[in-house]
Amino acid sequence: MPSPLVRRLVGASLPIGWGIAFLLAWEAFVKLRNVKPFLLPAPSAIWTELWKDKARLFDAKQKTLFLTAAQSTATNALVGLLAGIALAILVALVAQRFTIIRDLVKPVSAGFNTMPIVALGPVFYNMLGATSDAARRVVVAMVAFFPVFVNMVSGLTQVDPVHQELMRSYAASDASFMTKVRLPNALPFLMTGIRVAASLSVIAAVVVEYFGGKQNGLGARVASAMKLSQTPKAWGYITVAIATGLAFYVAGLIVESLVLPWQTKRKLSDV
Amino acid sequence: MNANTPTGINSDAPPHGELSDVAAQAVVTVEGVDKIFNRSKANQVDALTDVTLTVATGEFVSLIGPSGCGKSTLLRLIADLSQPTAGTIRVNGKPAHQARLDLDYGMAFQQAGLFDWRTVKRNVELPLELRGWDRARRAARSAEMLELVKLSDFANHYPWELSGGMQQRVAIARALAMDPALLLMDEPFGALDEMTREHMQAELMQICAATGKTTIFVTHSIPEAVYLSNRVVVMSPRPGQITKTVDVDLGVRDEDARETSTFFTKITEVREALRAIETASPLGRGIEDR
Repeated sequence: MPSPLVRRLVGASLPIGWGIAFLLAWEAFVKLRNVKPFLLPAPSAIWTELWKDKARLFDAKQKTLFLTAAQSTATNALVGLLAGIALAILVALVAQRFTIIRDLVKPVSAGFNTMPIVALGPVFYNMLGATSDAARRVVVAMVAFFPVFVNMVSGLTQVDPVHQELMRSYAASDASFMTKVRLPNALPFLMTGIRVAASLSVIAAVVVEYFGGKQNGLGARVASAMKLSQTPKAWGYITVAIATGLAFYVAGLIVESLVLPWQTKRKLSDV
Repeated sequence: MNANTPTGINSDAPPHGELSDVAAQAVVTVEGVDKIFNRSKANQVDALTDVTLTVATGEFVSLIGPSGCGKSTLLRLIADLSQPTAGTIRVNGKPAHQARLDLDYGMAFQQAGLFDWRTVKRNVELPLELRGWDRARRAARSAEMLELVKLSDFANHYPWELSGGMQQRVAIARALAMDPALLLMDEPFGALDEMTREHMQAELMQICAATGKTTIFVTHSIPEAVYLSNRVVVMSPRPGQITKTVDVDLGVRDEDARETSTFFTKITEVREALRAIETASPLGRGIEDR
């Protein structure tokens, strides 16, 4: 029986191997078929574009292209995400307390969820000003709200009946029931919602930039690079956007493992 | 009396001390209790009718009967998790409601009902936390309780790391943590396999002997009821009533007690009482004859 660490490394090597094989195939396809760079640049051309940024990183007079854009988009994503999470938790707590609100909010939120919220970008640019980041952050917050809210409500309401009886037998107060049973019970649900919302928030922050506003983020730069036929550069921004999304997802996983130690221990032993 | 012994008659257990002065005093008295669900509706169910039962200090009483005989309902009434339609229930000389507020009983269910997010130790400490015990005192008590159920080595494990039988032992430790006068158990071993179950019964006997608790135990199993109890209360369904009480005196309840002729005689006696119900009512089903 190999050690858990070895098994994890073996488990991780498979997707990484596939990723490398995919990039090699892509490179070979572009080179062999002589595909024009403005249609599809080779991975090596995208890498060259990204690597050019290194010089600017150590030059105080110049700003990096990719990192500056990523910073702007990631900040919008993070602020929006945190606001969305906070609001979702708050509304879920109220909804849990009052059945009438819960019955009302669930169908309404399901309806909202089918709406392409990023498409509201122009509306919010108009409302909140196209030169500020507020509109983008509002859109991200709205996108992040729903998965967190829906999961949180489930977690707050799905309490084990035995736990309810047990707490009654202890003559526990409503406040104790909330802090010792309902909230910890909701935590795993909440973390699932946050993990989903973290990935969505980056997507929303990038996409909403396509609809206007300042030209400083990853999405805006992809759009303008494509307009100028700087396809490898556009792909460079896309690559950075993917990396940002992954970073958010991994950050979500790390927070989850810290908040849910009992599940982390289980997952580690299951591998 | 040392407050740290598992027998633990200490200042935190409300008037428990006074009780031992009046040893004959009953821990539980149920008098003329009726329980009707959905009263005056089409789906009215007479769960219990005119049930009277007295359980004395230190006694182990089992409630047995077919499904729907109201044995769990009776236990829940004693626990004040539900209120009787008529009649009175007193626990530790107080109304059942007051007894619940004073934590005069500890309860264990068929599902261990442990909290996933708490370690074994912190599961046992939950009732103590609710009563505002400080950390050191909680730790001392939970250590003592885990020793009692032989799980000291698992104090920092999470429930999912434990077998079903071990989880149930944690639940029993938790039920005993506040040192209640009374232990209420609703088919606590019902979900365990036969081997584990017999093992748990023996352990429960040791725990009851060590702590001198009064216990009311709901079960489907005749041998389990006979092995554990001083008294087996046989109930019949629709309406739920006590039809027979079988006194059991097995002497020392060790593994050998399961092979004595008294054990088999009492099993037969309980079984016949249950058969009488089955012949009287077609609804009498669901008794384990093992």
